[in-house]
Amino acid sequence: MSFQLIERQILTSGKRQDIPEQPPVISTRDVDVYYADKKALDKITLDIPANAVMSLIGPSGCGKTTFLRCLNRMNDLIDICRVEGDIRIDGQDIYAPEVNTVSLRAHVGMVFQRPNPFPKSIFENVAYGLRIHGLTSSKSELADRVEDSLKRAGLWEEVKDRLDEPGTGLSGGQQQRLCIARTIAVQPKIILMDEPCSALDPIATAKIEELIDEMRANFTIIIVTHSMQQAARVSQHTAFFHMGKLVEQGETRQIFTSPQDERTESYITGRIG
Amino acid sequence: MTDLFTKVTPELKRRLRHERLFQWMGRSAIFIAIAFLLVMVGTIASMGVGALRQTHIELSVFLDPQELDTARLYDADYGRLVKKALRARFTEVKKRQDKRKLYNLISSQAEFTLRDLVVSRPSLIGQTVKVWFTASDDVDMLIKGNISSSTGNTQRRIDRRETRWINDLIAADQLESRFNSRFFWSGDSREPELAGILSAFAGSAFSLLVCFGLSFPVGIFAAIYLEEFAPKNRWSAFIEVNINNLAAVPSIVFGLLGLAVFLNTFGLPRSSPLVGGMVLALMTLPTIIIASRAALRAVPPSIREAALGIGASRIQTVFHHVAPLALPGMLTGAIVGMARALGETAPLLMIGMVAFVADVPNSIFEPATALPVQIFLWADSPERAFLEKTSAAIIVLLCFLVVMNLSAIILRRKFEKRY
Amino acid sequence: MSPTTKIDLTGPRRSPWPERLIKALLIASSLVAVFVTVGIVFSLLFEAIRFFKIIPIQDFLFGLEWNPQTAIRADQVGAKGEFGAVPLITGTLLISTIAMLIATPLGLASAIYLAEYASSRTRAIVKPLLEILAGIPTVVYGFFAALMIAPLIRLTGTGMGLEVASESALAAGLAMGIMIVPLISSLSDDVINAVPQSLRDASYGLGATQAETIKKVVLPAALPGISGGLLLATSTAIGETMIVVMAAGLAANLTANPLEAVTTITVQIVTLLTGDQEFDSAKTLSAFALGLLLFTLTLLLNIAAQKIVNHYRERYD
Ligand SMILES: Nc1ncnc2c1ncn2[C@@H]1O[C@H](COP(=O)(O)OP(=O)(O)OP(=O)(O)O)[C@@H](O)[C@H]1O
Ligand SMILES: [Mg+2]
Repeated sequence: MSFQLIERQILTSGKRQDIPEQPPVISTRDVDVYYADKKALDKITLDIPANAVMSLIGPSGCGKTTFLRCLNRMNDLIDICRVEGDIRIDGQDIYAPEVNTVSLRAHVGMVFQRPNPFPKSIFENVAYGLRIHGLTSSKSELADRVEDSLKRAGLWEEVKDRLDEPGTGLSGGQQQRLCIARTIAVQPKIILMDEPCSALDPIATAKIEELIDEMRANFTIIIVTHSMQQAARVSQHTAFFHMGKLVEQGETRQIFTSPQDERTESYITGRIG
Repeated sequence: MTDLFTKVTPELKRRLRHERLFQWMGRSAIFIAIAFLLVMVGTIASMGVGALRQTHIELSVFLDPQELDTARLYDADYGRLVKKALRARFTEVKKRQDKRKLYNLISSQAEFTLRDLVVSRPSLIGQTVKVWFTASDDVDMLIKGNISSSTGNTQRRIDRRETRWINDLIAADQLESRFNSRFFWSGDSREPELAGILSAFAGSAFSLLVCFGLSFPVGIFAAIYLEEFAPKNRWSAFIEVNINNLAAVPSIVFGLLGLAVFLNTFGLPRSSPLVGGMVLALMTLPTIIIASRAALRAVPPSIREAALGIGASRIQTVFHHVAPLALPGMLTGAIVGMARALGETAPLLMIGMVAFVADVPNSIFEPATALPVQIFLWADSPERAFLEKTSAAIIVLLCFLVVMNLSAIILRRKFEKRY
Repeated sequence: MSPTTKIDLTGPRRSPWPERLIKALLIASSLVAVFVTVGIVFSLLFEAIRFFKIIPIQDFLFGLEWNPQTAIRADQVGAKGEFGAVPLITGTLLISTIAMLIATPLGLASAIYLAEYASSRTRAIVKPLLEILAGIPTVVYGFFAALMIAPLIRLTGTGMGLEVASESALAAGLAMGIMIVPLISSLSDDVINAVPQSLRDASYGLGATQAETIKKVVLPAALPGISGGLLLATSTAIGETMIVVMAAGLAANLTANPLEAVTTITVQIVTLLTGDQEFDSAKTLSAFALGLLLFTLTLLLNIAAQKIVNHYRERYD
């Protein structure tokens, strides 16, 4: 992919330039992550503004997923993983003892690389989070919330007649939108997406990207992507990781048009990674 | 050059011969094992089919009103009526010793057959009725050709005269071989012609029920803990070593444990399916744990991440999503374990499930035996007729095992690739 | 949702009580296996120690006579009976050795054939049949051994002018050997399949025949795993009860002649504990001493087998 192409894309997509000025909703300070003795992240300090899309880019194995999984403490589940440093969401230290991972993950949703619907009905997939968090008080309210979430994920029209069918029977792109619907049903404030389109074809990808752009109004979205075009298309901010370090971050347009670091430049022009 | 590839040197010939010999060894090993299986099952089956039929003898019994007090019909001496009928049938028999032989044609059960008939239809009293009685095991064996009536057999239990009587009955159409339903619906008996497997079957069923009720929940819970929660440290490694060792402890040792702990320390009822089931549960536990862990491991991590990612707790994740997906695999393991428990004999001997039990147990607290123990007991009995009962009981046991293993296989196939 | 609404991430520090209860249940369940092991060890030890108070342990372990009579009167000669376990141990070893001598070549050869030569169709037929063989209760093998094998051996033996006991060690060992074949075959099959294909390719690349490749390359590589499997099989043979109860005798003969009758540890445990018993007599307690002996023997074999297999696994994973 050529440098100029991205540049042109960004410069021509006018609406993506009005980046809202918001206080950071997530801020990390000197975050180190170890897998056993191996250091996977080194002193990551990053502010993530609210109601915008931030993309994390970088070569494979540089720690993007690791960083993402720190933000909703999914790394707690890996025995050998140790997180140090300070991660705050809305000013609260999420590794503080009084923080409950269940509430944290309800507020910081996650969409995974491969669509992973539960092997249950489409309806149950979306309703599950609402049920376990006790977010609805009646059956009809539950149904409304499920419908609303499916609509916001742009899936309602396609599945409204077969809500009882298993979610695993949908196409890959539909499955991924189902997973997004499942995530937004519990109304998180932040959504983490780890290469959500890597298992999808271009049309399904376009749909999801469109969706991400719409969701920006209500959610703060952090997306890991290997596609430079995707980062350019959907995000307002970009952070470039390299070998466990945060090399450069800033407005997407600036990162892609005038990268400060030479590693960033090599990466986005396709010389490393 | 081509010569190099086609020329068969003596050396190469030797090597190729060796290759064929090697293959042939493998084939014959498999052949021997399978031939043994077929011969064993075939022999036992051919010996066992006989037990499905039972010889019956028809007699005309005069229901003498003088012997039958209508007020106390239940307690009348029906044995005498049967004997009378036999004497009436073979009037030529006079000597005391011969009469005893004559009575031996018919099972001791006959009086109860007659009693049940009279009690249910008192109007028959005073009439002469034709009744089919179960023949004794000796007659049955003779009819089935399992003992010969010809000369030369020193341990013959049927002599020429008896053979004549029997031939006489056959000629008069008063001897018949019928389907032996008693084998399936009655309990054990000292008399081979009356013995059935129902009491042993009930004992096995109760024991397996207890075994499943204990080992399945404990087994899957243990598997869930070890697979989903336990930190990988020395302690969990120790538990794992324990489980693997338990899986290889001889079954009789579990019986000793049951005897020392369940019977002598806790004072639980001896010979009961409760204790039998508990001992079998301890034996089955490792099998279920190992199979359940494999089933849990087969559930893709993405399912766990999906649930955790929307804020389900770990317990919720496991019980709402992971365990239900692993359940068919866990059940498969449990069925395989149950099948093994069903065939297990030695530990049950230790806790006294070898007693003679004629009554079908009604609860897990009553004395009982189990199918394999019944086989063991019958195999030890001297009567020739128990041989076919033993074989038939083995066939029944094998049928159950086949059904259980087949259902395990079907279950596994059906749920193999669902996610 | 406006950015001014504060996210509340706090929650109860401990999970709700039902979850804690479930977790406790899970932990307790996983400890059952440990309790069972401890229960076995302690119950056997406890009763065995009581036995060793009556019969010194060295008399038990090294005594050459086994004759567990309980006296009718206390002043009778030999009132204590003889509790020397050596004939039982040798009897057990004799029968297990016969079984392993039969099962090892048969099991190994069929495993090699199934893993290296058989078409997938043959495998699909033969493996379930071997599984059936493995699933047949041992009481059935015992019945068949007593009913068919023993008379057959006796007949053949006497035909050749040999003296054969009606319950010979050979009959029991033979039935046991066949019973163990599927165990050895399936364990070895797994191990042989785990040998990396690259090793085979290297050998074929040098022009070796398949048999040569198997013998010179595959089997040496699989040997540790196979020997682990053989140890497990030996432990199964030693602990097997029903076959020997039904097909081997009660006579505690100290002999290595497979045509004579011998008795085993398991047979004696069953005999001692299935008759009428007074619980505290030396006779009854000796069954637990034998149980302890059996448990120790099999445990050592199992641990050795696991050590070997684990070691092997590390090499190829
Ligand atoms: N569970 C784990 N155990 C040990 N090391 C891990 C684990 N997960 C990741 N790592 C290591 O941490 C480093 C960062 O991995 P991470 O998955 O975060 O990279 P990534 O940027 O997401 O790569 P990709 O683009 O390929 O997804 C890698 O070197 C990886 O090997
Ligand atoms: Mg990644």
